[in-house]
Amino acid sequence: MPKAILYDSTLCIGCRACEGACAERWGLPYNDKIAAEERLSAHKLTTIETHGDHFCRRLCMNCLQPACASVCPVGALQKTALGPVIYDAAKCIGCRYCMQACPFQVPTYEWSNRLPRMRKCDMCYARQSAGKQTACAEVCPVNATRNGERDELIAEARARLASKPDQYYQKIYGLSAVGGTSVLYLSAVPFEQIGLRTNLPQEPLPMLTWRVLELLPDVVSTGSVLLGGIWWITNRRAEVARAEGPDTRKEGPRR
Amino acid sequence: MTAPLPKLRSKVLPQITVWRVVFAAILLSGAYATWLRIFYGLGGSTNLSDKFPWGLWIGFDVMCGVGLAAGGFTLVAIVHIFNIRQYRPVLRPAILTAFLGYLLVTLGLLYDVGRPDRMWHPLVMWNPHSVMFEVAWCVTLYTTVLFLEFLPIVFERFGLHKPMEWIHRISVPLMILGVLLSTLHQSSLGTLFLIVPEKLYPLWYTPVLPLLFYVSAIAVGLAMTIFESWHSSRAFGRALELPLLASVGRVLAVAMSVYLWIRFLDLLHRGVFSLLLRNRTETWLFLLEMALAAVPTVLLFQARVRRNPGALYACAVMVVFSFIANRLNVGITGLEAGSGTHYLPKWSEVAVTLSLVAVGFAIFRVIGQYFPIFETRSAETAPLAAEEKEADPLAVG
Repeated sequence: MPKAILYDSTLCIGCRACEGACAERWGLPYNDKIAAEERLSAHKLTTIETHGDHFCRRLCMNCLQPACASVCPVGALQKTALGPVIYDAAKCIGCRYCMQACPFQVPTYEWSNRLPRMRKCDMCYARQSAGKQTACAEVCPVNATRNGERDELIAEARARLASKPDQYYQKIYGLSAVGGTSVLYLSAVPFEQIGLRTNLPQEPLPMLTWRVLELLPDVVSTGSVLLGGIWWITNRRAEVARAEGPDTRKEGPRR
Repeated sequence: MTAPLPKLRSKVLPQITVWRVVFAAILLSGAYATWLRIFYGLGGSTNLSDKFPWGLWIGFDVMCGVGLAAGGFTLVAIVHIFNIRQYRPVLRPAILTAFLGYLLVTLGLLYDVGRPDRMWHPLVMWNPHSVMFEVAWCVTLYTTVLFLEFLPIVFERFGLHKPMEWIHRISVPLMILGVLLSTLHQSSLGTLFLIVPEKLYPLWYTPVLPLLFYVSAIAVGLAMTIFESWHSSRAFGRALELPLLASVGRVLAVAMSVYLWIRFLDLLHRGVFSLLLRNRTETWLFLLEMALAAVPTVLLFQARVRRNPGALYACAVMVVFSFIANRLNVGITGLEAGSGTHYLPKWSEVAVTLSLVAVGFAIFRVIGQYFPIFETRSAETAPLAAEEKEADPLAVG
């Protein structure tokens, strides 16, 4: 069963322990100045955003059918059976289509690096493969971030919504948008109020391009026959005209 | 047949003209921007950001560059596959434009891609689900095809008969391949943006983007043919083959009508006309794009306009600008609101883009001077030019 993360905004106290643990796991610097930057960047792969009285944690959603992995021309991004979407920097050519395609605007780029890489959370693929919790879930002091089986976390989220209906906006974010994500959100207020995008289609984004791409063999084969046929007909007409005598039509000389 | 040698200049130093000064200034700024790109990365040379990862180098250099080179496959199809021979005089300039266009697109991609040293990766690391993968393959293969379509011009210049025969033997499958590859990736550039339904403004986001990109590429390829004939007639002091170009203008009017009609039906079926009532930047950009497309289309239906060189040229320029506006709207401005950010290219991005365009013009001119691009044309069109009417109407249908 695929792994997932459940983030409960109503429990989050904004201590940013997840940010520090994440920076440590990636070997990135972390200090007060970086803590104050409330946005994802190549040196900050998760962040706590403040929206009035509410917090919202941002990280890669590790979509069930990720747009980034589908658009990557070299297959540097892969969806694993375990759940995480992983990145092979050695393949990446830096076309940044993953950044353009991501509906959550998660992937970031090392803009000032001469040999840049894309950076994003990979839901601690190595740790989870070894049976450990993600660094952020392990360090969270109030269980606002939980890591586990996706099915179990959905069941738990539903239980929370049912047990405290007045404390929660009665929806789970990430259940079905763009085909579902590995990161699930609970919130006290509608999701757009904590900065989450709610205008996303329900169907997986890779379908939008695949629907056209899968026509490719048909277009090539039909096109070859059509163009070859037209050439054969028109050329035959020219041959006949040549055989029948001098060109009477007002045209340029033929080759 | 060999090219006439250009007149030898008596002076050692080239004459200084306004255009040459502008050209030198553009190339100098481009060289400085190139240095910035190499030593300070994309961050030091562009205004791109995590929320806006594609800018002018994709929106103009790639998307417009590939489109403006579409005359190559359009005319190859018209002349060699549909066998409408009177368009032959404009075929070679169109192939040259396409070949240069694709080389410049590749050069532009070396600037834009974060790791240009790995440009070859898509050829060995496959992901058939990626539109970008398809584009990479098509651009590579079609540039090769264009090189082979350009080779006869080189063989003719140097009188190499043997290789000429060899290349003629494969020319038909080669041309069919070229048309197919162009069809695929002109439309693929539109398919690229199907993945961003939540970001691209609804006046541009549509499931038929690939079709719209394909049809508009055919139209702009024809417009570019008129555009470059007009310019080369001035640069090389040749007479303009007006009857032929008027006939191209006629085809252009039909291509643009088809494009505008599909565009209209698309907006109608998606029910987004009400968006035009909003006073937003996107509304005005859309109206500008539409005006630049509709005005020349209407004008080109009038014989009076098609027979007037200035008016015909103006119409072609409007179509080209409408096309550029469309690609910039899809690739840049239409994405700004959805990405929650603003993007204005940095001076160095503009400098690189202008340098690529300037280099394109310069190489075209040099090749036009030393290679048989136009001369077959003047010989072939002499009888046509004598007639003071449009070329054979059979040409259009």
